Amino acid sequence: MEILFYLLAIVAIASALGVVLSKNPVYSVLSLICTFFAIAAQYILLNAQFLAAVHIIVYAGAIMVLFLFVIMLLNLNILVETQRFTTARLTAAFTGGLLCLVLIAALRSAGDIKAANPANAKIGLIENLGMTLFNQYLLPFEVSSLLFLAAMVGAVVLAKKEIA
Amino acid sequence: MPSIQLQPDLNYIAVLLQIGIALAFVLFTYAVIAVAGPKLKGKNKDENFECGIEAQGNARVPYSIKYFLVAILFVLFDVEVIFLYPWAVNFKQLGWIGLVEMTLFVGFFLFGFYYIVHRGALKWE
Repeated sequence: MEILFYLLAIVAIASALGVVLSKNPVYSVLSLICTFFAIAAQYILLNAQFLAAVHIIVYAGAIMVLFLFVIMLLNLNILVETQRFTTARLTAAFTGGLLCLVLIAALRSAGDIKAANPANAKIGLIENLGMTLFNQYLLPFEVSSLLFLAAMVGAVVLAKKEIA
Repeated sequence: MPSIQLQPDLNYIAVLLQIGIALAFVLFTYAVIAVAGPKLKGKNKDENFECGIEAQGNARVPYSIKYFLVAILFVLFDVEVIFLYPWAVNFKQLGWIGLVEMTLFVGFFLFGFYYIVHRGALKWE
């Protein structure tokens, strides 16, 4: 199983590199789908089966369609030699590096990560997940609906500005 | 490197089998096409086929942002339905409290839906 973990990690990292390095944006999206599948497989290894299924349905299904929509909207077919904005690149590298730093710090301070209950393989099934979500994590669940509301309002406001 | 306990449920062999069969079917079909199908190359054969009409212009034309708005709103409500799923499975155990929790959650979404309809975001001219 350890081998499977490393294999999936290599697939995820390789396809993530493909997202960044490929010239064609559609190939980037396809590589991202590959990354999502590798991560979903990691979820299954961690006994988070429902999360894995949802990850594939939402990310590889719906959100990737959105990404393709954005690519079509951008009209990248006319191959304009995009200016290599050095300031934009520096900012991107800086913020990306900061995020990387935060993630590494979080992983290091977390210490030895163990599955919640390694003996129980059914921990990630929908019944257990539901009971935990609606009892222990009720507040984050309710707050997430506010986040969705904000996303809806934001999408409508931005799109309506374009239409008007 | 933190050590991670890896103990997957072996019931997933059925799912893996299904994925494997689906992949095998696709690969098999492609292989059969490559071997059995006729291969004709030519100027007319390699052209994009568009219902008999000659291809006009470019496929990548910018289109209305309305499509994107509908798609992004779909994703949001899609995620809402996913949250309904674990609640529906535990409907009896969670009882009335669960119903109230879910009503509150769906209430926020309905409020958002009212806003969307009110702003006319789903209207097509």
